[in-house]
Amino acid sequence: MRVIVQEAPFDFGAEAAAFASARHDMGAIVTFTGIVRDNAGGLSAMEIEHYPGMTAKALEKIAAEAVSRWSLGDALVIHRHGRMAPGEMIMMVATAAHHRADAFAAAEYLMDYLKSRAPFWKKEIGADGAEWVAAKDDDEAALERW
Amino acid sequence: MDVLYFAWVRERIGIPRESVDSQAATVADLVAELSAREERYALAFSDISALRVALDQELSDFDAPLAGVREVAFFPPMTGG
Repeated sequence: MRVIVQEAPFDFGAEAAAFASARHDMGAIVTFTGIVRDNAGGLSAMEIEHYPGMTAKALEKIAAEAVSRWSLGDALVIHRHGRMAPGEMIMMVATAAHHRADAFAAAEYLMDYLKSRAPFWKKEIGADGAEWVAAKDDDEAALERW
Repeated sequence: MDVLYFAWVRERIGIPRESVDSQAATVADLVAELSAREERYALAFSDISALRVALDQELSDFDAPLAGVREVAFFPPMTGG
């Protein structure tokens, strides 16, 4: 299990390939990548603030829970902070399991918990000013299915 | 104890962290003490249902006791992923 919190971009292809080839007893790898999305065409950047002392610990706890619940062979979480342009990758998760159902479920679990239990806050910077992204009720409700 | 603020809570209060000398028994008591200080605190804490709190870097609740706690952080609901 690996958790990385960094400001710099990461190489999704290299990370996914290394993760997928690390073990030969896992038949299913699922990866998810989150991208800075420009809905209305007015976004110039996304700024992500985090809580340095808490972030890695919170992510490790979430990842460890996923590994134990779905008996994963491995799990990877990379999450960036700082300023990013539209189209840049914000984060990725990867899960390795014997079969795909567990790999998919664990990846969804990781994403649901990363959304509302990892101390990151997104701010959208546009031509007309900046605005904090509000958490959605749906994101909180999504945790209830686990 | 150290009190930390993130995202719009930090912006409203105007500082990222401060050292607070308080005998508050619970998080809610600390919020009441801070809110009584100045308008910017009262504004940031006007609706605590819109806030989250972490004690020593673990998510907690506003009715949690503060005994032995060294670091309290206030922030809006998280938007990771």
